[in-house]
Amino acid sequence: MVEFELNGVARRVDMPADTPLLWVIRDGLGLPGTKFGCGMGLCGACTIHLDGQPIRSCAIPLAAAAGRRLTTIEGLGAGPAISDLHPAQQAWIEGSVAHCGYCESGQIMAAAALIDANDDPSDAEIDSALSGNLCRCGTYPRIRAAVRRAAELKRGGETVVQSFDPNVAIAPVGGLRA
Amino acid sequence: MSTDKLGPALTRRSLLKTSAVAGGGLIVGVNLSGCASAPPIGADGDLSPDAWLQITPDDRVIFQLDKTEMGQGVITSLPTLVGEELNLDPARIHVHLAPVHPRFQDPIQITGGSTSIANRYQPLRQTGAAARDMLLAAAAERWSVPRAELELEDGAVHHRSSGNSARFGELAEAAARQSVPKHPALKPASEFRWIGQSVPRTDRVTKSTGGAVFGIDVGLNGQELPNLATAVVVRSPRFGAELEGFDAGEARRIPGVIDVIAVSTGVAVIADGYWPARQAAGKVVARWSDGPLKGLDSAAIEAAQRRALDEQKGRSARNDGNFARAAERAHRVIDAEYVIPHLAHATMEPMNCTAWLHDGVCDVWVPTQGPDIVQAVAAEAAKLPRDRVRVHSTLMGGGFGRRGIPDYAAEAVEVARLAGRPVKVVWSREDDMRHDFYRPATCNRLRATLDDNGAVTGWEHRLVGPSIIGTLVPDFLGALMPTWVPGGVTNVLGRAGGAVIRGRDSSSTEGAADLPYAIDHVRVESILHDPGVPIGFWRSVGHSQNAFVVESFVDEVAHAAGADPLTFRLERLAAHPRHLATLQLAAEKANWGHPDDGRSQGIAVHESFGSVVTEIAEVSVDNGRIRVHRVVCAIDCGLVINPDIVRAQMEGSIVFGLTAALKSKVTLEDGGIRQSNFHDYDLLRMDETPVIEVYFVNQDAPPSGVGEPGLPPIAPAVANAVFAATGQRLRTMPLRLA
Ligand code: FES
Ligand code: FES
Repeated sequence: MVEFELNGVARRVDMPADTPLLWVIRDGLGLPGTKFGCGMGLCGACTIHLDGQPIRSCAIPLAAAAGRRLTTIEGLGAGPAISDLHPAQQAWIEGSVAHCGYCESGQIMAAAALIDANDDPSDAEIDSALSGNLCRCGTYPRIRAAVRRAAELKRGGETVVQSFDPNVAIAPVGGLRA
Repeated sequence: MSTDKLGPALTRRSLLKTSAVAGGGLIVGVNLSGCASAPPIGADGDLSPDAWLQITPDDRVIFQLDKTEMGQGVITSLPTLVGEELNLDPARIHVHLAPVHPRFQDPIQITGGSTSIANRYQPLRQTGAAARDMLLAAAAERWSVPRAELELEDGAVHHRSSGNSARFGELAEAAARQSVPKHPALKPASEFRWIGQSVPRTDRVTKSTGGAVFGIDVGLNGQELPNLATAVVVRSPRFGAELEGFDAGEARRIPGVIDVIAVSTGVAVIADGYWPARQAAGKVVARWSDGPLKGLDSAAIEAAQRRALDEQKGRSARNDGNFARAAERAHRVIDAEYVIPHLAHATMEPMNCTAWLHDGVCDVWVPTQGPDIVQAVAAEAAKLPRDRVRVHSTLMGGGFGRRGIPDYAAEAVEVARLAGRPVKVVWSREDDMRHDFYRPATCNRLRATLDDNGAVTGWEHRLVGPSIIGTLVPDFLGALMPTWVPGGVTNVLGRAGGAVIRGRDSSSTEGAADLPYAIDHVRVESILHDPGVPIGFWRSVGHSQNAFVVESFVDEVAHAAGADPLTFRLERLAAHPRHLATLQLAAEKANWGHPDDGRSQGIAVHESFGSVVTEIAEVSVDNGRIRVHRVVCAIDCGLVINPDIVRAQMEGSIVFGLTAALKSKVTLEDGGIRQSNFHDYDLLRMDETPVIEVYFVNQDAPPSGVGEPGLPPIAPAVANAVFAATGQRLRTMPLRLA
């Protein structure tokens, strides 16, 4: 039994201690936002925060989370209003960064950790913080712009005012009654 | 991805066929299946002038997204077309990921070939316009006023002078009783409010908050799938090797393992989560037959290709004038050989599929580009009739052609059937890398002839490689044919089987045979050589490699002729105004001929999927390392529905193409793929990504493709810039300086 805090909530997990956090979060706790891309710490799709630091959750075992604070994309920003999300998420939304979107949770978590530590990163700092996160769709130009914008939002204390209607939805994946 | 090769395009007329459905709703649909009634989409009382659109009495406007969203933006751009005619902000339209339906098959329900916008531009606007007319007719009846006095705005019909107004939903049932207009008037382009604007992507919030549900997420987050298990399959080390036996003693001892069973693709380890399944898969000891490719490697394939080029005459794909005579009379002949490696798709989301057989039906949740192909192979794997298979398309973490092939869905259905419970089969990255359907490896020999004035008189391109369609059709697409394919297509595919298709498959020469340059004597031929490595459609297919070969060799010829590469192209493309326009625009924006200090420029132009793209790359070479700083891209894709999405597709295609140009290849070793994960199949990274600028020309033509056409020109543009920088002509991808 391992205890930790996930997205602000105390959790107790009864899974083998060597289970990578990625699978604890996804299969054990049912949070799908953290993605599996390589399973070897090579792509960044599984990036989460451990005590505020970005880590590759596929390469860190459950045991390492004992007593620590974990944040996933689901817990990064309060929402549901766009202006209540993390500045990185706001900038991602404003810049329509995502193509397929599969890598973007990891990208956003990496970017958020950077900005939380340094709200005026240089281009070199942005490159070094994000170049371990792969994106097959090639959203890097937008990611770079979004990180700059997120830092600007954070520094200026502003928020993005783009509107979207939370009641209009992409239908959830077809259910059994389809 | 080029479905156009599979049969004649259906005409609009053949598509329009009206059939009434219960409850007064109407569906207009093509009926390819031969069954009497297409299944209705939506519910009684919905206004549904065509299968794509339902307006419900509770006032939701629902769009059925029949093209699957894999990052290319159709989830936003296609509803825009309907919304435009309804005068409704596309952000207000609910998007449903559509089921398999005859109306969505043209002739296959597939997303690929950069066709979604081009094929749907008219039908979707007509659908929206038909609904608009029916709503107006219903309102005119209700208020007894002339239709001309009514307007649509904000999801309601208004009669200004009386102050009457009614929401679409209030009018839906009455509107559904109106007859579906055959030729509803479409909005003139001058009145477009959303078409041509960068309507924000409707999936941008869910994809930035972790809420988007991809195939791999099915069953998480409380979705009700009782007893869902996860399976990992131990796969053969070599293509075509058969499982001879296995020992799962140790694997079964891993906590969480439910069962270990033999399936068609290997040994399936079924567990209560990915991690125990993957752990246990590592402990399975499987014995495999040698398989047909034992001992084969990439070097041997390349050698065999060279032998074929030495010894064989190929099938002619183009023969203008008389190249042999041009060669005899030439003052000078230049020749070159270009070698193209196999490539993996490496979508960020590995292959996966969830299946459940219960109560005589099979439910399949799958990230796919081809839901009806999935349905066909799933029916076989489930041993059920096709109409007992329900395919639920999900969002997907990239497709690029890989997810048009349904192998992973057939596998999941088989595993679920044998396991007797819902199962999600998840491929490891290693599985995904080593069991892909790769971009074919080809070898190309080119000759160009120059006369004594240095003018180009002849061009010969001989290439050797396998046939994608010819290998895939017998395996997968063939499964679809008996029940729905129109006669003509059935004849071509069915009777002929793979053999004839292999002979006719133009995907190997696309982008080569259609050389646009004004040259009198042109010969293009292809030799079929299939070493047995699984191959498939890879973003922009034949264009992805042929553009590199052709546009690099054009550059070689220009330099041999002592001409500026841009001028050389402009002079020989006078008959191709779209090429000229993109060349000129890109050259102007990139300040051609005047790169920044320490940098060199290269240019390439290529037409594919109905669009023409010029790209100019600005590179520097430092210690043998190629660095691309800036890419200027000019595209003619006709009318631009959503400029920001087109821009995004150009950016993405350029990055995707730069990975091929600079970073990765897969190699065959003893009949299997050597590479396994991103440490040995690296992708372009952010610190290697250039600044990308995108410009549009010619927005008057109907829309053409954007998902792929940005890719082909980038590799040759970079190679040509490297030549300008170093004098080295690089003829193999990925580009490596000596
Ligand atoms: S899945 Fe963890 S780094 Fe790729
Ligand atoms: S958005 Fe598709 S992998 Fe990054």
